[in-house]
Amino acid sequence: MMVLTAFFAGLVFGLGLIVSGMANPAKVLGFLDLAGRWDPSLALVMLGAIGVGLPAFYLAQRRKLSWLGAAMQLPSATHIDRPLLLGGLLFGVGWGIAGFCPGPALVALGMGEIKAVVFVLAMLAGMWLFELVARRR
Amino acid sequence: MSIPLNVDWAAFTPGPALAGGVLIGLAAGLLVLLNGRVAGISGVLGGLLKPLAGDVAWRAAFVLGLVGAPVVYGLFTVLPLPQIDAGDGVLVVAGLLVGFGTRLGSGCTSGHGVCGLSRLSLRSLVATLIFMGAGFATVYVMRHLLMYAGAAP
Repeated sequence: MMVLTAFFAGLVFGLGLIVSGMANPAKVLGFLDLAGRWDPSLALVMLGAIGVGLPAFYLAQRRKLSWLGAAMQLPSATHIDRPLLLGGLLFGVGWGIAGFCPGPALVALGMGEIKAVVFVLAMLAGMWLFELVARRR
Repeated sequence: MSIPLNVDWAAFTPGPALAGGVLIGLAAGLLVLLNGRVAGISGVLGGLLKPLAGDVAWRAAFVLGLVGAPVVYGLFTVLPLPQIDAGDGVLVVAGLLVGFGTRLGSGCTSGHGVCGLSRLSLRSLVATLIFMGAGFATVYVMRHLLMYAGAAP
């Protein structure tokens, strides 16, 4: 059952990215280009998502088990440390270079875009590289 | 000092942006309320790279849903095609940075941006401000200092 609900959540998430235009890197870069002709759309995507997310996570945080009886696994970390800042910085630079973050890249992959394949393979390599470094520490 | 914003009203799509955002929030809300898991795409993917027993199927299903979304969308209406201007070399550098950075920083636009801000997490707010700021700065350097318009490499 929880595999099915996960699939459905992924599907709705992906549809949201397509509807909002965020599966298109050119539109994302239009938001990040403050000094050019600025497209504010991404801000409204975040507003809509957080508007629905707020009550959902408020409910979730008050529960020990999910509606389907699974353990509620919410992040417990609250510290602001070097990995958080450096990781965010590296991610932001990569995001600004091509206009892709992980979700939209996977959706563009499903659109059959060869360039999305290139990006996703490099992204997985970056994640794998992190696992190598993390394991060595 | 103030920077005058030159809003591209023709490109601005408030309705679809809000509607798509609501769908994204709905998906994140469903995943946490039904499965007890955070819809952070980089975290979901990262967990597939170091698989733990019993923790793989839902991740694979979520990713399959994301990748399958264009197919489902295309059943109902014409699929808008993405415009990817970056060349392959640039895409590889960007992909490596996004992959490594999101794992090091424990999240991306979905995990920190959507879910973290919905949880009112200060840690996620800081992460979101950092990666958004870095994104703004990078596009400024690429487009207005290096005059990179997306051609090769």
